Amino acid sequence: MELIISLLIAGFFGTGVYCLFQRSFIKLIAGLILIGQGANLLVFSVGGLMSLKPAFVGKEAPPMVADPLPQALVLTAIVISFGLIIFTISLLLKAQRELKSDDLNQLNTTDTL
Amino acid sequence: MNLLYLPIILPFVTAVACLEFTRWSKATPVIGTIGAVAQLIGAIYLLDEVLVKELIVGHTGGWAAPVGISFVADKLAVAMVVITAIISVVINLYGWAQLDSALIKKHYFALVHFLLMGVNGAFLTGDLFNLYVWFEVMLIASFVLMTIGGTKAQLEGGVKYLVINLVASVLFLCSVGLIYGKVGTLNMADISYHLRDSVDAHLVNSSGILLLIAFGIKAGLFPFFFWLPASYHTLTPTTLALFAGLLTKVGVYALLRTYTLIFESQFELIQPILIWIAGLTMAVGVMGAASHYNIKKILSFHIISQIGYIMMGIAIATPLAIAGAVFYTLHHIIVKTNLFLIDGMIAKHYGTSDLKKLGGLYKWSPIFALLFFIPAFSLGGIPPLSGFWAKLSLIQAGVEANHYFLVATAGVVGIFTLFSMTKIWAEAFWKKPDPETPKFKLPSLREMTPALILASLTLLIGLNGDALFEFSKSTSNQLLSPEAYVKAVLNK
Repeated sequence: MELIISLLIAGFFGTGVYCLFQRSFIKLIAGLILIGQGANLLVFSVGGLMSLKPAFVGKEAPPMVADPLPQALVLTAIVISFGLIIFTISLLLKAQRELKSDDLNQLNTTDTL
Repeated sequence: MNLLYLPIILPFVTAVACLEFTRWSKATPVIGTIGAVAQLIGAIYLLDEVLVKELIVGHTGGWAAPVGISFVADKLAVAMVVITAIISVVINLYGWAQLDSALIKKHYFALVHFLLMGVNGAFLTGDLFNLYVWFEVMLIASFVLMTIGGTKAQLEGGVKYLVINLVASVLFLCSVGLIYGKVGTLNMADISYHLRDSVDAHLVNSSGILLLIAFGIKAGLFPFFFWLPASYHTLTPTTLALFAGLLTKVGVYALLRTYTLIFESQFELIQPILIWIAGLTMAVGVMGAASHYNIKKILSFHIISQIGYIMMGIAIATPLAIAGAVFYTLHHIIVKTNLFLIDGMIAKHYGTSDLKKLGGLYKWSPIFALLFFIPAFSLGGIPPLSGFWAKLSLIQAGVEANHYFLVATAGVVGIFTLFSMTKIWAEAFWKKPDPETPKFKLPSLREMTPALILASLTLLIGLNGDALFEFSKSTSNQLLSPEAYVKAVLNK
């Protein structure tokens, strides 16, 4: 289980970074979403990966359950990244309409001015 | 109620009040300014209390640390909160005088106060994940403020700023997660407590480097600074002054906090990296400044080289060096904001900050020239202005700790800083203007008041540097003995 999740996180980050290095706006958004999800999965997994353990327990806690705190953190992080991604998409949409291009290589006028 | 939460609650209340008055958008600058003044009063009360009690700790919801989120006001945090409140007052006044009504209608002042809430929250929190949340609050407000004008250049700069900051946030989140996985707590005092006696403390170094990169991107350190000169110069002057003064310094604050508190036991390992980063940040920043001919660009690059100076203090990490870094940060926020305010007034009059198109400002308005002279040559480090004392203490700390290479870099960078400030002075103020260039009219007193406030603060620090330096020294002593911090937060 740990190995699968680790590979999954690596996959998210790898493809995310690859997308970020492409030139189109859409791939930029995809890249940001992917590395964001990779980070969420990473934080989620630090709580420990346990399966088939009930969420509600009796008076005595079972010895091995996943730590719920990272799950709460991930919830917060997901909500934040959701908002940020929506903002990114709308900003890129506006930029694309204004600049009449969705090529990141065209976005170089503020560097040289 | 604990005074500690005032610097977070007041901007929030002000922002909501500004949103309430959307229909009478003319009222929002007034509300914003009143809110900022209230924030300043609250911050000074808090400072007063911290000077007596050394540390104030608040446990949200009554949950004691490390279960609940704690808020901690130590001397560094409270100094940053006070300086933020000063900048807040100045920016609100300046925005009131300068902004056109179209921007004000787009909730400009509400956004400024949301941003300030995030900044103050980041300064006061004692919890690593909470720090992440405050960073996001600050970021989302800054994204909107950055692109609110909607011009082509702003959108383009905004895209760069947004993408690099989202990547930094992701790295920050990963680091927080990994630290939790290794230490089992997110309360910074508790992490410090657990790591101090642990034999495996070196395992957090990977997270430490991730944090260094995340905060380094936000602070504009070498080699992560490229977004800053590519986006800042597109901003409206009011926003630009606010960002230049505060935002990068939040990153610096976070570095100072984490490296003196959490990674304290591992500092020797990371010190060489910090020293290289400090030197290169200084040098590259000032070279960028020397090569440009636009006031906004020159000043943006100067932010980077000044951050390098502050990093030099953090990297050397002796009591004197940290005191110098704290002093430098406080001085730098005031001076940098002021320079951008003055540039804003020039740009508003001429519609450009290009040095080649400017000239003769000294001839037309010696008072305005004097107003520029004070912060500009304070930044350059001319005695007796505040920048001289800041640089002197850092260089002295470097010599005492035998970091001669860094000291030499700082010296050379200081000369170049002076050179590029002189360039602005010679081109915009002294040069004989083109015959067609219109005459410069002194801005109204209302527009000048913010710059006058900051210039008098610079003079006050310069002539009366001892008091602030004593304060910086006691701040640095507090930072370098985190046991008291840990004890106050955890009650053990």
